[in-house]
Amino acid sequence: MTTTALRRTGVGEFVLRTPAVGPTIALVVAVALFSLTTDTFLDVDNLSLVVQQSLVVGTLALGQTLVILTGGIDLANAAACVLGTLLMARLVADGVAAPLALLAGIAVVVAVGATTGGVVTALGLPPFIVTLGVLAIVTAASRIYAGGQSFPVTDGLLGLLGTRQYLFGQIELTIGMGVALGMYLLLWYSLTRTAWGRHVYAVGNDSEAARLSGIHVRRTLLSVYVVAGLVYGVAAWQALGRVPNADPNAFQTGNLDSVTAVVLGGTSLFGGRGSVLGTLVGALIVAVLRSGLTQAGIDNLYQDVATGVLVIAAVAVDRFARRRQR
Amino acid sequence: MGRRGPLGRSGRGVAVLLAGALAVVGAACTSQRTATPGVGGKADGRTRIGLVTKTDSNPFFVALREAAKARAAADGAELVALAGKFDGDNDGQVAALENLVQQGVDAILVTPNNSSGILGAIRHARDRGILVVALDTETSPRDAVDATFATDNVEAGRSQGRYVRAALAERDPRLLMLDGTPGGTVDEQRHRGFLDGFGLGENDPRVLGRQPTNGDQSRAQQAMENLLQRANGVNAVYTLNEPAARGAHSALQARGVAGQVVVGSVDGGCQGVRDVREGRYAVTVMQFPRRMAEEGVRAAVEFTRTGTRPSGFVDTGSAVVTDRPVPGVDSRDTAWALANCWG
Amino acid sequence: MSDPDGRDAPAPDPVLSARGLVKRFGRVTAIDGADFDLLPGEVLAVVGDNGAGKSSLIKALSGALTPDAGEVRVAGRPVRFHGPLDARRHGIETVYQDLALAPAQDVASNLFLGRERRRPGLLGRVFRLLDTRGMRAEAERVLDELGIGVRSTSQPVETLSGGQRQGVAVARAAAFGTRVVIMDEPTAALGVAESARVLDLIDRLRARGLPVVLISHNMPHVFDIADRVHVHRLGRRVAVVSPAERTMNEVVGLITGALRVGADGALEEVRDAVRTGVTRTGGGTAE
Repeated sequence: MTTTALRRTGVGEFVLRTPAVGPTIALVVAVALFSLTTDTFLDVDNLSLVVQQSLVVGTLALGQTLVILTGGIDLANAAACVLGTLLMARLVADGVAAPLALLAGIAVVVAVGATTGGVVTALGLPPFIVTLGVLAIVTAASRIYAGGQSFPVTDGLLGLLGTRQYLFGQIELTIGMGVALGMYLLLWYSLTRTAWGRHVYAVGNDSEAARLSGIHVRRTLLSVYVVAGLVYGVAAWQALGRVPNADPNAFQTGNLDSVTAVVLGGTSLFGGRGSVLGTLVGALIVAVLRSGLTQAGIDNLYQDVATGVLVIAAVAVDRFARRRQR
Repeated sequence: MGRRGPLGRSGRGVAVLLAGALAVVGAACTSQRTATPGVGGKADGRTRIGLVTKTDSNPFFVALREAAKARAAADGAELVALAGKFDGDNDGQVAALENLVQQGVDAILVTPNNSSGILGAIRHARDRGILVVALDTETSPRDAVDATFATDNVEAGRSQGRYVRAALAERDPRLLMLDGTPGGTVDEQRHRGFLDGFGLGENDPRVLGRQPTNGDQSRAQQAMENLLQRANGVNAVYTLNEPAARGAHSALQARGVAGQVVVGSVDGGCQGVRDVREGRYAVTVMQFPRRMAEEGVRAAVEFTRTGTRPSGFVDTGSAVVTDRPVPGVDSRDTAWALANCWG
Repeated sequence: MSDPDGRDAPAPDPVLSARGLVKRFGRVTAIDGADFDLLPGEVLAVVGDNGAGKSSLIKALSGALTPDAGEVRVAGRPVRFHGPLDARRHGIETVYQDLALAPAQDVASNLFLGRERRRPGLLGRVFRLLDTRGMRAEAERVLDELGIGVRSTSQPVETLSGGQRQGVAVARAAAFGTRVVIMDEPTAALGVAESARVLDLIDRLRARGLPVVLISHNMPHVFDIADRVHVHRLGRRVAVVSPAERTMNEVVGLITGALRVGADGALEEVRDAVRTGVTRTGGGTAE
């Protein structure tokens, strides 16, 4: 029994062990339903649009996944991203070279992440509280910096990620899609194929066990917040590609929207379980719902109801699955 | 069997729950559809209209939405109402516009969150031949949309300013200003109009202070408390909207100076009109969101029937509402206003 | 240095020893001048009442806790541990009572947690690619060798039984412990059959020449497997006895303080002994 089972690690095992399977099924079901019930949903242009609509929140959610995997939560991610967009746009408006402005924007967002991580690890405070504080500070900083204005973006580099390309002259793709996909794949690789990734999971699973196993828990945590900051910095660039306007009032619900995508993607809020690919699917589910329900002629308020129901369902399934395991 | 682990089960679970959720929403969908009977494909020649407001929650936009729905139903048009999640949700409005274009609507009525943030999506819609009309808030530039049906907010602010100045009579003005969201177009227009009507420059020392309130009552109250702390002898207050005016009144009353201060506001919500009748503040300038919505829907229907696109800025008007008229300012009383208010 | 019971000191040099360890937490003295000796190839049981300071002693020896005073020696050389990693570098592996496993991760990942292996060449050096297959194979080999049956090394630890988890934790220690394996209450949470398997495992480790420190409350288990028994009381070592020469009752007497080792090495009764816990003093008792 033991020996035969040992050899049987094939496709079936992989599928069952990959946490993104549930969300993927949900996504496929949603796409199928909307394709059947509306004439306009299943359409190359629209599918491309859905992906574009999910890019900013999807990128925020990628960083959020890292933090949630360690058992934390980042309430300040969207605020940091907004600060990044303002820096980029305003610096260019003030005559700074675009590449420099871009790097400065990303660097500041990384610095916000590093500071958050530093406070979380050095003082041992709960990430919820720390990021709640950072959220307030960064939001205020954005408003102060913007001085009550929003900054339209006309520069090519800052809007680059929204640039549309046509594959076979038919399929509308943006550079932002490629960037997002690349980041997802890179982090998927790092989380599943490198020691760092295993340490991230182990810290989220049981940080004391990780410490006793010889993992540098603080260093791992700090690295997670820094990497997440980098991801949020790119999210800022993505945001300018989508809406060429840096607005201090934008993405006020981006933090919770990103948590929604993470949870829909099957990652556990308790840490240590989940995958970034699930988050990608989760972000797509939200955009598919919004698009599909609009095609079906359903008003906004009911769309929010659907998303809410799904989030609760996803967490319930997570809980249920884990209780079964005991 | 043991290896059919919980993850497989959870996958199926999610799928089942998703299907359930969609069924629930699907049911909501059918009831929505029966509300506007006879919805069919494009073949029936019905006008399809998309409405994108700033938020779903503000009574102004609720009034606008309900009026648009009623008018669409009367005209046999189909109307889908979408909204941003909060003031400033450009991203959400862009996605809403894109989804409406994809759905194949004939016309989109939009209250843009940011005068320039959603221009790309608007251009995309117009490139496909869709009529785009801005309601309530202008785009910048104005010709990014086919037409704008809105209150002339500079004029509304000016009316407020004129009234408040006239109500002060002989007194030397000492003014506080409660603004909305920094950078907001409407905010800026009303503010500018008020100072113009009132007859003061932006940097006049008789403007003792200004604070953003986001149009929120509790913030306005707090802002007013703080301003009163450092400014003496205040006798005039500009407010961007009625919640801000209510907040200002609470703060003034707590200081016992409510009777000596002329507070003005803009909006014309029913609560605001009642406030004016009960003397919480002296004046409000009523806007007509229903008119905006009805004009918008009418233009959309006209467009699908005849291909005529409306153009330019259409002022849907404003009216000074007060029970203490002053010479030189045309006004309506609250009895009339209560019959015409929104929300 | 007080060493009340350094009985006939055995000939071979200890693999791991400690002298005069002290650790205080505020007003609580957890280790009060404790000594410790582990000889090559032996199973040394450490027994004592709850709160006698066994866990703190073990943590000091495994690097999880840094003592305030005293000295730890590995193979005769003084060392200072600043964390579990330091102890591991000296070949000391610990199986903690709560096992220190990541439940959501698979068996092989847990075995190599904190010391993952990378692929050779560019893939490993530049792309930091883990040698997942190699680690699984190695994990299987170690588990097979110790006779620990799990369905698959790619199975999450949380799907294992308590005994299997214990087995994985022991296998991890055995795979990397070159000098010493320390086990904290390995049978406390297990049933009879699973306990027997763990004792079996300890036997196998000894057969491989690896000395084992076994912290346990279970006298029958201790007497079943240990070569020597270290009795801990009030934060220090009060006796080291051979299970072959002493009865369980005598050991229990030493634990409770009803008996003590006299100057001649014989046991004698103590009248007024009641308290067995850690000393609670303002003044401290460092020597």
